[in-house]
Amino acid sequence: MKILVTVKRVPDTAADKRLDPVDKTLDRESVETILNPVDEYAIEEALRLREAVGGEVVVLCMGPEAALSTVRTKALSMGPDAAVHVHDDALHGSCAFNTARVLAAAIRTVEPDVVITGSESTDARTSLVPSALAEYLGWPGLTGAKKLEVDGQTVRIHRETDTGYDVVEAEGPAVVSVVKGINEPRYPSFKGIMAAKSRPVTDLTLADLGIDPSEVGAAGATTEVVDFAPRPPKQAGQVVKDPGDGSAALELAGFLATNKFI
Amino acid sequence: MATVLVLVEHEEGSPKKVTYEMLAKARELGEPAAVLVGQGAEGATDALGAHGAATVYAATGEGWTNLLALPVADALEAAIERAQPAAVLVASSPTGKDVAARLGARTGWGVLADVVDVDADLVATQVVFGGATVVQSRVRTGTPVLVVKPNSFPAAEQGGGTPEVVDLGTRATAGTADGRVTGRVVSERGGRPDVAEAEIIVSGGRGLQDPSNFALVEALADALGAAVGASRAAVDAGWYPHQHQVGQTGKTVSPQLYVAVGISGAIQHRAGMQTSKTIVAVNKDADAPIFAISDFGVVGDLFKVVPRLTDEVARRKG
Repeated sequence: MKILVTVKRVPDTAADKRLDPVDKTLDRESVETILNPVDEYAIEEALRLREAVGGEVVVLCMGPEAALSTVRTKALSMGPDAAVHVHDDALHGSCAFNTARVLAAAIRTVEPDVVITGSESTDARTSLVPSALAEYLGWPGLTGAKKLEVDGQTVRIHRETDTGYDVVEAEGPAVVSVVKGINEPRYPSFKGIMAAKSRPVTDLTLADLGIDPSEVGAAGATTEVVDFAPRPPKQAGQVVKDPGDGSAALELAGFLATNKFI
Repeated sequence: MATVLVLVEHEEGSPKKVTYEMLAKARELGEPAAVLVGQGAEGATDALGAHGAATVYAATGEGWTNLLALPVADALEAAIERAQPAAVLVASSPTGKDVAARLGARTGWGVLADVVDVDADLVATQVVFGGATVVQSRVRTGTPVLVVKPNSFPAAEQGGGTPEVVDLGTRATAGTADGRVTGRVVSERGGRPDVAEAEIIVSGGRGLQDPSNFALVEALADALGAAVGASRAAVDAGWYPHQHQVGQTGKTVSPQLYVAVGISGAIQHRAGMQTSKTIVAVNKDADAPIFAISDFGVVGDLFKVVPRLTDEVARRKG
């Protein structure tokens, strides 16, 4: 089975994320970067699937040149067999749909049996890419998986709902997006880290994918930021110390009553 | 007057609060029309009318379901063809986002995710980067598709007419990309408001020390009529299910009131709740970062404070 996992390099959780005042895109270069947290779960799930049914795991990343380092050290080091890196200056400023379209084109060059993605990335957090990807590929999209099984041609997930989960299945090939907690990602071993240095990485540009640069990136994005401002930081309010018997609860209740919550 | 289409978010035919919030906003922007998808859900029509829908496009016959994105996207496309709307509003929920994504991919229309306001020119407001930055965005291509966060607009009964119902017929035969729902499992924790759209949330964290102590959080939540949330630490420890997690790798919420119990307020948790209108916190550590953003904080033992708070809330509510 050929399993493809999409991954993204994003600003670190604690990084001060900011928009470039000139082109209003996320500044990805002056911050510490990491592998999108839920992508580790996607990679782990792919590795477990490979262990269960045999085959190969390919990691796909659309990102600037600098993203390759993250792909090798954080993604390939966990154990996938190869990577595909799509990068092109014209991709800067892409919207979620531009991204999904480019990923779909790259996926068609790999011809996997299943695509596993994280549910969302921590930078823009739109959650739009997995289903847009499924639509561009013409495949089923099974999103929000907290469990994944492949049963012959059938791909089956437990889809997280507000009150539990639904069992959803479809005939492959399919796009599956996973949520945090679907598994426990393995730490890269020393052997994995060393092996990652020489795993094959295929570079693809927009020309390789037959995509017109004017249809993606800042030129082709379907939405745009027109203005932005820092949100005024919240000021700390009153803090009371409880004497030890819980009686501060009465003051807190008073606050809730004053503010009409009770 | 231009039509604004609202995709009804519902649980087995019972519209969720966010649907009424979207209809109220749609009424400001144009003439609201609702799209109701799900076999047997037609009973929702009256309530949708009472909340402002002039028309209901109903995909409630054979073969329709709101549990999968593809059928809903197909119904929404059919309604769009008839209504020719100036904008489409969809709830920011797992299925809502999947539907908006499929619609955007099919049509090439721009989709704005997690919108908390929209003006008459359809310029939308989003709060990004964990609450640090407020952004104004607009769509560049086609008809705007706006994915709306719950608790962004007040819901109100208004209009109160009987809507015109347009039947979208039965669903065509399933295509190769269709999925099937073969089972639904509901955990015993159901019954409280949904954390994604609740007006009040009581959240528990590592300070609870043991999963059994979530009972304290639940009791306070029930006294307040609130949803229960959980920090990443609590979810990672297996104390509460992931769908209740608030934070950067969980849900982003903006309730009227957020009560943080035994939660230190690490940056990735704050990223999920710091736009809450009012925040209160109980924690034994005076230096906990949560106190920097709380409107009222109690430094003390939550095992003493929370039960007394629950009793006092219940007493005051009579």
